[in-house]
Order: sequence, then C-alpha cells, then structure tokens
Amino acid sequence: MGRMISPGKVEAEAIVSPEPIGFYGGVDIETGMVIEKGHPLEGESVTGKVLIFPRGKGSTVGSYVIYGLQKNGVGPAAIINEETETIVATGAILADIPCIDQIDISRFHTGDVLRVDAEKGLVEKVD
Amino acid sequence: MYLSREEETILEGEKGPVLEKMMRLLTRLGDIYGADKMIPVGSVQVSGVSYKSVGDPGMAFLEDMASQGAKVSVLTFLNPAGMDLEDWDEIGFPKDFAEKQLRIMKAFKEMGIVVTSTCTPYLAGNLPRFREHIAWSESSAVSFANSVISARTNREGGPSALAAAVLGKTPNYGLHLDENRRPDVLVDVQCEIRSDADFGALGWHIGKLVKSKIPYYRGMPTWATTDDLKALGAAMAASGAVALYHAEDLTPEAHLQDVSDMEKITVDEDDMRETYETLNTGEDPDIVILGCPHASLREIRKAADQVEGKTLKKPLWICTSRVMKEAADRMGYTDIIEEAGGRIVADTCMVVSPIETMGYGITGCSSGKAAQYLPGFCKQKVVFNSVESLLKEVL
Repeated sequence: MGRMISPGKVEAEAIVSPEPIGFYGGVDIETGMVIEKGHPLEGESVTGKVLIFPRGKGSTVGSYVIYGLQKNGVGPAAIINEETETIVATGAILADIPCIDQIDISRFHTGDVLRVDAEKGLVEKVD
Repeated sequence: MYLSREEETILEGEKGPVLEKMMRLLTRLGDIYGADKMIPVGSVQVSGVSYKSVGDPGMAFLEDMASQGAKVSVLTFLNPAGMDLEDWDEIGFPKDFAEKQLRIMKAFKEMGIVVTSTCTPYLAGNLPRFREHIAWSESSAVSFANSVISARTNREGGPSALAAAVLGKTPNYGLHLDENRRPDVLVDVQCEIRSDADFGALGWHIGKLVKSKIPYYRGMPTWATTDDLKALGAAMAASGAVALYHAEDLTPEAHLQDVSDMEKITVDEDDMRETYETLNTGEDPDIVILGCPHASLREIRKAADQVEGKTLKKPLWICTSRVMKEAADRMGYTDIIEEAGGRIVADTCMVVSPIETMGYGITGCSSGKAAQYLPGFCKQKVVFNSVESLLKEVL
C-alpha cells in the first residue's frame, strides 16, 4: 500500500524507468516523448501509460511540464514513485493525474497492465 | 495533518475546482514535509515569473489559473520578470520574448497579484514583521526575510506560493517552527571585510561549505548595512541553499542562540583570495550589471555619485524594482547615470533576462549570487569585484 499524492482510478499499461525523470527538458510537452539524451526511456512515449520511476529530478518548471502534458492530451494516465518529491507532486496535483508513492517499484515491468486506485494507495497487476 | 472544517470543505470541492486544487497541493506538500496544520500567512512572493524561467508550460498554467478565476487573498508580489516591463523595446529585449512576458504579467494581474516584480519586496512595499508567517519564493528574499527581519518562511516554489496566495495559508513546517531555526555551524570571520563584494564572496564561500545548514556568523563588521546583508544572504542561497542565517549583533534572533560546542568554520584572508579567484572567470567586461539582488536607493546613489560627469566605455545596467527606479528618477540619479551612458533597468535582473542573446559574453558584477548563476544561466564569463572597482575599470 502506498500513499496517495493525487486522487483518481485508472487501468493502463506500465512504463518503468529505473532512473529518475526530470520533466523540464526531459519530456516533450507536445508529444509526451522522453527526449533526455541517454535516459533509459529515451524515445519512448509516456502518453496514457502508468509511468513508474523512483523520483523526480531537475528544474521545478517540471511541474508545469506535467500540467502541460495533460493539457495537451499526451500526459501519463498515472504516476507511481518510490518517493514523490515536490516537483512531481505539484505537477500531478495541478494536472489531476492519479499519483501514489512509497511503492516498491521493482515489482513492476514495462508492459504490465496495472490497476491504480490512488485513494486506496493501491497498484496491482491485472490478471 | 489537522484540517479545520473550512479547509476540509475546500478540499471536498465545495468552494470550486481552483481552491480545491490549491488546497490539495498545500495539504499534500504539508504531508510530505510533516506539517501538523495550516497557518495563515501575512504576505506572499511568487517566483516563476520570467518567461525565460517558466517557458510556454508555465505561461499556459498561469493563464489557465487566471481564466479559471483564481484570486489571491493576501498581499502578493512577484519575483523579477525577464525584462524591463516598460522600456524593454528601447533596451533591446527581443519582441517575441516580450510578448510572452507581457502575457504572463497580465495573468498575474488578473489574479490580483501586485505586478511589482522584484527580489527585494521588502524595499518595495511588502514588508513583513518580526515573526510573521509568510510564503515567499525567491531565495535571496527568503533569506533576508528570515534572517534580517526574522519573519518566517520556507522557500516556496512558484505553484505552492501561488496556492498560499490564493488560500492565504501555508503548511506549518520547516522554518515556520522555532526548533528548526537554530544554527548548525559557527562561522568565525577572521578576514577583514572591506567592500560590498566581500560580503558576496564571503556568502558564496560559506554557502558552498554549509549547503542547507543554518550558519551563525561571528566577527562580522558592525557597520554592515541591510544592503550588505542582502548581498551576503543572496550569495549563500545561490552557492548553497541557505534560507536562514544569524549574525552576531546584526540579526534579531542571533542573541537567542547557543553556539557552544558547535561545528566551526574559520574564514581567513586566503579563503577570500581563493574565492575571488574562483569567481573571476573573465577579464575586460562587455557590460557591468549591478543590482543582484535589486539595488536599493543607497546603492543607486553611490553608483550615480561615482559616474557623475564622466563617460562610461562599456554599458552599465543597474537592476532594481520599479519603486526604487521612480525614486531615483525623482532624485535625478537616473539622469546622471544615463548621461554617463548607463541605465537603470527595472523589474528584471541579469540572471532571468536573456542577456546572452543580446550580444554580451563577459559581465562585470559585484554579486556573489550573480557570479554563481551568470556562467550557467546566461553563458557569461564573470569579472567579480566591488562596485567601485568595476566602475573605475569602465570609466
């Protein structure tokens, strides 16, 4: 059981990054593609996915990028972290993206179909 | 975190989606940082104002909030914008940049925010009292408010400051609490402090060493002015993340502190010399920029006195708030500086304005904070020295 950062329920495919994500300069706000050079998810799209990564990093403008992704219709369906620091927490709340932290993210793999219920702090695989 | 009935009502959406979102943001941040409750704030300063800093994503967010009817409930000022909001064209700020910057300002004004853009709100009409809880953003203003005025604020991000402004509240944690305002490290100043730039150099050196700790200064000159303390705090907040410092016989909470058996750092002449060497990455500046943090009237006057009746060989900008600029206009300082070939630039500063696109590569400055940020944010080499020496070099 994790901790709710931002409420909402969703069922979607997972995309997992072992590395932190810095949204400003790291994810394209128009397309939802990861553009940071050398990032494990470089060239992948976060759109409509349950985006799983340990924590945010980088500029605080990242909050606005998360908001912009959602507004442009290319945001992630949910965000799951080990620890949601303030940049990602702020972005997820402003964008109304379900978000949970205090989750052991090593349990999940890219391609898993996941059910997220943020109020309950729940992330589980759909059989 | 304990929430009052009214706060719960807002969180349940009964006061509309904007307030709900703002309350959700603050309560969640409060949970993350272990706050016990929300507390009222007397004033707010919102960062993330320059188009250069927030870009299109920030502009879109602010315009959305304004169009959804977000309104601030307490006195709220802004951090510097990316350009002089009146004379931008004349000074040479790019037009497309200016259009977006003006859209951002319009959104803030619609929300009821005072569009006085400055990192020295305390000199421009937003002055908190001793022990007042506030929610400010800009790191040097946060340092000044906490340390010199002894008001209480954490360093807020743009969105959390905006939320505090709308709700008139902030979560109670960090520097709002007595127990988190005690010093961690004693700084024994053994070197002589002679000039304005020495305060910036000292702050830069200590910020690097202590990172986010709370330093307690001993041996600072008692002639230090609020200008000197703003330079000291700004540099510490830039090279480190110092949001509060104490200085013996200079700041209000210093005499309350027990500094026996504390980690101690001694600063001597060698440390200062090395700091000057590190900060100086260029020579022969293309432009001299003063006013980081924004110049006080006293600093503007001092520069005006030095350039009066002379001609500058290089451009000189003195960055300040609109309020100080108007006083300088009235006193004739602006005319003196302009006749020498310099100018007073209001509402913005060198760090958040696009100077690298305006033909400048080497900037002269007396600020430890500016010397920290100019190389990265503005691709500048830096000539770091006292105002007097910098001006002497370009007269």
